[in-house]
Formats: sequence, C-alpha cells, structure tokens
Amino acid sequence: MKSAVIVFPGSNCDRDMAVALTKITGQKPIMVWHQEHDFEAVDFIALPGGFSYGDYLRCGAMSARSHVMKEVIKRANAGVPTLGVCNGFQILTETGVLPGALMRNSGLHFVCKDVELTVERQDTIFTSGYAQGRNITVPVAHHDGNYFADTNTLDQLEGDGQIAFKYASDINGAQRRIAGITNKAGNVLGMMPHPERMIEAPLGGSDGRIIFESVMNRLG
Amino acid sequence: MLARIHVTLKNGVLDPQGKAIENTLQNMGFSGIDAARQGKYIELDLAETDRAKAEAHVDDMCRKLIANTVIENYSFTLE
Repeated sequence: MKSAVIVFPGSNCDRDMAVALTKITGQKPIMVWHQEHDFEAVDFIALPGGFSYGDYLRCGAMSARSHVMKEVIKRANAGVPTLGVCNGFQILTETGVLPGALMRNSGLHFVCKDVELTVERQDTIFTSGYAQGRNITVPVAHHDGNYFADTNTLDQLEGDGQIAFKYASDINGAQRRIAGITNKAGNVLGMMPHPERMIEAPLGGSDGRIIFESVMNRLG
Repeated sequence: MLARIHVTLKNGVLDPQGKAIENTLQNMGFSGIDAARQGKYIELDLAETDRAKAEAHVDDMCRKLIANTVIENYSFTLE
C-alpha cells in the first residue's frame, strides 16, 4: 500500500504517522508539503495531527484552504481512502469533506490520555478488522475535539451509519460522544483519537494498528 | 475602505469560553450578567472604493474563510 502523509507548518504527528505506516505497510509514505499542487498517485492519504498554522482563526481553517488540500479533496471525493487524525479531522471538517465542526472541549482543558472507544461500525474500509461494538483503547491529545453538528446532521450521520467511533464515556462534550465519522461514501475517516500512537505493545497496545491493517486488507 | 467584521457563535452552540468569562466575572463580584458569549473581531483594510463591490467581496471572504457557518454567524460594517 502506497501512502502519503500531508505535512503542514505546525503538524507534529506527521512523523508518528510515517513511522506507523512504514511499520504496518512495509513501505515508507511520501511526505507532501502543503504548498504542493500535486503529488504522485497513492492508495492512502493521511492528514496528521498537530497544530497547523498555530490553530489561527480556527483549528484547521488555514490548512483546509492550502494548495495541497485542493488535490486531497479531489482525490478523497474520487474515492481514495483518506484518514484525518486530530488536526487532520479538524481540517477535513473545515473543507466540508466531513460534516460538522470541532470546537473547544466543553471542560476547556486540553485532554491528553488513553480513552476507550466503541467501534460503532464494523463495515467500513477502516474498521473491518474490529468486531462491531467492541471497545478499543486509543490515546487522545486535543483542546478542540468537541464535535458539533446540528440535530438534523447528527440524525443523518446516525441514520446513514457514518459514526465510526464513539467515546465510551464523555471526555470533551462531543455531541452524542462522537469520536470519529466517515463521509457518506465511507472512504474518508476523521477521528480525534490517535490510532498511529497505538500500533504495538511498547506504545501501550495495538488497537490503532487495525485501522491501517483494515485499509491494507481491503486494498489487497 | 475599512471592513469591521464580527464573528459570533450561533445560538445553541455551546460556548465554554464565554461561560468561563461569565463565571469569572461573577466570582469577581460583578452581578447581573445573564450570559457571556465570546466571538472574534477582524478588520480588513480594503483597496476597493465601491461600496457594493466591497460588500460582496467581504461577504464572500466571510463565507469562505473568516467564519465557519456550521457554528458561527458573521456581520460586518464598511466605512
């Protein structure tokens, strides 16, 4: 599986993502700088965590309008499996590829800890390796992970099965405890927790690894 | 022409920072605050001198970057 990690000024999980992808896929991802207009064909695109553009204006607002994102949006809409983690999730909502917005945590605190997630959907390209309803442990590290969307959008997300992960208990005020959602087509996943930080026992567990393996298995 | 833009959270969107401001003011002894909401204020110095064109231009910029209309409202004045 050939993958790309998009790098913005202020990304800080881009190397974690690259290490995870290299270990799991056996192939080093290409690192694509935000000013690029185009990049070589890949099977998988990752938007990493961090604080791109210092979270100026709104988290992910500037990055969502960068040159490289025009190409990422085009490919994501064309069906290329795309994963946005943390700041990457914020960027995807800012582009409109995923609905809703990530707001300041309701408790105002930066939350940095391992959290339990419920796998809400087992039938996506990202989650096929999990058992439906299973609880997994993945770390979060964010200040703005409080998922918000209006009631109609939330109902539609639930109705269409776009909620991939929920927090087992409330950690940030997110509507309906949403931790990760997919687009309607199911090829784009945005999530606040960091699966790339949970890929092998020395990191505390390997629950996050399954997301990457699921995509890899699907791509063959 | 100077555009003064205010961005505020929509009604019904939880504003934990506004809430913290409200609580702190009350803790300091200020009374009579029913609610506090935090927003953003942005100034744009525009080269455009035609008011109608400037208005359309600023509106476009607000919708495409300055406000996230999923959670925020915006308003602006030109002078």
